[in-house]
Amino acid sequence: MKTGIPKEIHVDECRVACTPEETQKIIKLGYDVLVEKNAGLASGHLNKEYQAAGALIVDDTPELWKQADLICKVRPPEQHQSFGIHEVDWLTANKTLISFIWPGQNTVLMRQLEQSKATVLAMDSVPRISRAQKMDALSSMSHVAGYRAVIEAGQHFGRFFTGQITAAGKIPPAKVMVIGAGVAGLAAIGTAVNLGAIVRAFDTRLEVKEQIESMNAEFLELDFKEEGAGEGGYAKVMSDEFIAAEMALFAEQAREVDIIITTALIPGKPAPKLITKDMVASMKQGSVIVDLAAEQGGNCECTEPGCVVKQNGVSIIGYTDLLSRMAAQSSQLYAANIRHLLSELTPEKNGVVNINMDNDVIRGTTVVHNGKITWPPPAVALSASHRVGDKKASVVKAPAMAKTPSARNRAFKTLAGIAMGALVILGVGAVAPQAFMNHFTVFVLACFVGWQVVWNVTSALHTPLMSVTNAISGIIVIGALLQIGSSSPIGSMLAIAAVVIASINIAGGFLVTQRMLNMFKK
Amino acid sequence: MSIGMASGITLGAYIVASIFFILSLGGLSSQESSQRGNLYGMAGMGLAIAATLWGDVAHDDVVRGYGVIAVAMAVGAVIGGILAARVQMTSMPELVALLHSFVGLAAVFVGFSTYLDTNVHYTGVAKTIHDIEIYLGVLIGAVTFTGSVIAFGKLKGIIGSKSLMLPARHWINLLILVACIYLGYEFVHADEIDAGLSRLLIMTVLACLFGIHMVMAIGGADMPVVISMLNSYSGWAAAVTGFMLSNDLLIVTGALVGSSGAILSYIMCRAMNRAFLSVIIGGFGTTRSSGSGAQEIQGEVVAINAHETGELLSNIDSLVIVPGYGMAVAHAQHLVSELTKKLEGRGVKVSFAIHPVAGRMPGHMNVLLAEAKVPYDIVFEMDQINKQLANTNVVLVIGANDIVNPSAMESPDSPIAGMPVIEVWNAHHVVVLKRSMASGYAGVENPLFYKENTRMLFGDAKESIEQVLGAL
Repeated sequence: MKTGIPKEIHVDECRVACTPEETQKIIKLGYDVLVEKNAGLASGHLNKEYQAAGALIVDDTPELWKQADLICKVRPPEQHQSFGIHEVDWLTANKTLISFIWPGQNTVLMRQLEQSKATVLAMDSVPRISRAQKMDALSSMSHVAGYRAVIEAGQHFGRFFTGQITAAGKIPPAKVMVIGAGVAGLAAIGTAVNLGAIVRAFDTRLEVKEQIESMNAEFLELDFKEEGAGEGGYAKVMSDEFIAAEMALFAEQAREVDIIITTALIPGKPAPKLITKDMVASMKQGSVIVDLAAEQGGNCECTEPGCVVKQNGVSIIGYTDLLSRMAAQSSQLYAANIRHLLSELTPEKNGVVNINMDNDVIRGTTVVHNGKITWPPPAVALSASHRVGDKKASVVKAPAMAKTPSARNRAFKTLAGIAMGALVILGVGAVAPQAFMNHFTVFVLACFVGWQVVWNVTSALHTPLMSVTNAISGIIVIGALLQIGSSSPIGSMLAIAAVVIASINIAGGFLVTQRMLNMFKK
Repeated sequence: MSIGMASGITLGAYIVASIFFILSLGGLSSQESSQRGNLYGMAGMGLAIAATLWGDVAHDDVVRGYGVIAVAMAVGAVIGGILAARVQMTSMPELVALLHSFVGLAAVFVGFSTYLDTNVHYTGVAKTIHDIEIYLGVLIGAVTFTGSVIAFGKLKGIIGSKSLMLPARHWINLLILVACIYLGYEFVHADEIDAGLSRLLIMTVLACLFGIHMVMAIGGADMPVVISMLNSYSGWAAAVTGFMLSNDLLIVTGALVGSSGAILSYIMCRAMNRAFLSVIIGGFGTTRSSGSGAQEIQGEVVAINAHETGELLSNIDSLVIVPGYGMAVAHAQHLVSELTKKLEGRGVKVSFAIHPVAGRMPGHMNVLLAEAKVPYDIVFEMDQINKQLANTNVVLVIGANDIVNPSAMESPDSPIAGMPVIEVWNAHHVVVLKRSMASGYAGVENPLFYKENTRMLFGDAKESIEQVLGAL
């Protein structure tokens, strides 16, 4: 089948759905790759690079759509200004489209796609299960956005991130607050920490606390118990009391921090307003707010989507094109996501798309199947964190219940063992002659000495311990020596054989032990 | 005259030799004192042999035939010396098993020799006890001998390492036991040497069969327990020989070795969270129903190539390496050491994590790493390393499987539930070097391979590490 990569037509969109590197890998899956002329130019990928990777460059946009059986795009289809035609109209029956769709928001588009009788896979609908992580374009794009948010903040922030001591004096580190520790938030935290800033982060989902702390950032905790994790690992709308407590926390932090990065989004809802005008006014001169939720209305009341505004000396960045500002990186990640999805769709590597609706990942991603809307998909299994929690709980419980009786049992067993041993020794003493009991005393004491001494042997030396005990159990040579004078010739012969064998043990055991111990060096 | 009633000076020397042996084992408590410990052992042995031979001078008839003795000991020493010098460190378990078998065989020979010796006469209870001692000595010696030979064969790969499951094997064992007790009864009550000798011979054959059968039924990765157990048996064989000859030095030494082996067996069993008896009975992983361990594992195996591994390793601060039997099989320890040095040269903190049952005998991995000149102060035990793993960038698992299996902690119905494991999945990234996706010795699927932070580097451990080194 032929895969087509059209040039993105959305205003200021610089990404492309496939890079030359991924082209090679897609060809390995059995596809022919057609790339529209200059499709990768904005992200720094030249036509000749695609050609070198094995792709065919197609000059004419309608021709590309016509030839390709499978179209991979970034943005949802939209009206093509230069041709005066909607991209969906090129999408005829039996073709497959992979791109962002946002079926929840774009109901009109969904109806158009339905009428096209094509099959559509939405990169925004990849289910959030472990297996599908490598195709999760939302995550990879958020990651880029989070990184870029810090870089943009640095652009407008007139000072260092890291604290320094210079000849001219001491410079305190910048303080960064990140609201929302999803993928974008965590990427922002990581970037800011790496730049040397002091980073605090807030999230309504308590489960992310560990992740935040593992990145050397501080988790801002409310003195308020409410779990904010909704289905699929996303956040949900919180109660009024919670929001009040949260706003108080932000107001307090706003006075203190230099940079605020907000990433709070609730699926299918406008972004919550978390930073009020008053809070912006209370911030220090030169502070920066980066609002990653600008496209959904913004987390800050002062945000203007698409541009930077200055209020009371505070820059509020509302860029909605952060991904296009790092087009090379985001294209590479997006292309990799697409390629992983293609390899899921092409298990045979024969270049034929197989929409297997029994496959959880494909089922979830497919929003239109041969002209039938298949969105929303039936609920898939829970997100990983829930299951881990359940498992932990059950594991913790089991040993706790078993513990009490077993400790008592063990003490009882030990006592019983000692009593049995004592009885046996007494029994032996009752019948055995004096000479035997003398030897028996030596034997029992030697066992105890051995027991005590060997417990002190470090586990690293257990192999030398075995070889040295091999050597010293060669002491049986003494028994053999004493028996060489046996009255029976056969007995003597056996004893001589035993001397030979035991000598092997003595020499071999000690020498190999020495050889090993010589190796242990600091 | 009674055997072993040596002069006071000989007895004194025996006491000193016993002390030397105790010090020898005590010396192994740390690497610094270990060499001294071995020298104590040699001194004790030299003293004991010298005193025994010298006893002849004093007592005229204890030991005869110095020429024969000198030749016999020289032959043995040369063979032993060659074995010790030639053995590869990866084959240490084989050598140790072989040496166990020699002790067993020597005990059998000495037992027969003593029985045939008519110079000594006991009467009454003393005779009964002496006969029982001979009988027991031969019995334990024979079991140790054949058991160790089979263990040697399995380790060497001459015999398949799978456990052999005869039908009604427990009944066979029980039958042998009953037969041995009955023969023992007849042996003690035999009036003439010939009658007794035939019983002793039949029992020896039975005990040999028992030894073979016992070890055949135990699978490859339970070898650490088997080796320790045979170590213990070889000690008990020597101790019983001591009783037989009324020789306290043999008793003391045998008891030391016996308890040493017993402790090692105990440690090994604890490290697998299994009862000693269940290991000895054998057949791990085959007797359990397959349903209990077969849980659905979520996630996907993600492969990584050597080049990517090299890239991953070039940007880290800390690395923990978990070696397993696969490293020994591939003889990869020297390359691992090279990798360690290269990374340490770049300021990476490299540590090793050793599970007690990694490899085929206790402490096996430590010896291999020592051979490859990995400094022992970066080699840690499981308990020491587990706490640090959460702050570790990358864990490299080389040819280990069950000892890093999270289901031991996470799923209570897993066959290996409760076994202490190295919690590698807590590290940021885990790279598992492995030949294929085959499950480990316990036959349990390893969810580690499906974790999000795990990458699989398939292939022979040695070649893989070579390529990673090249990529660095």
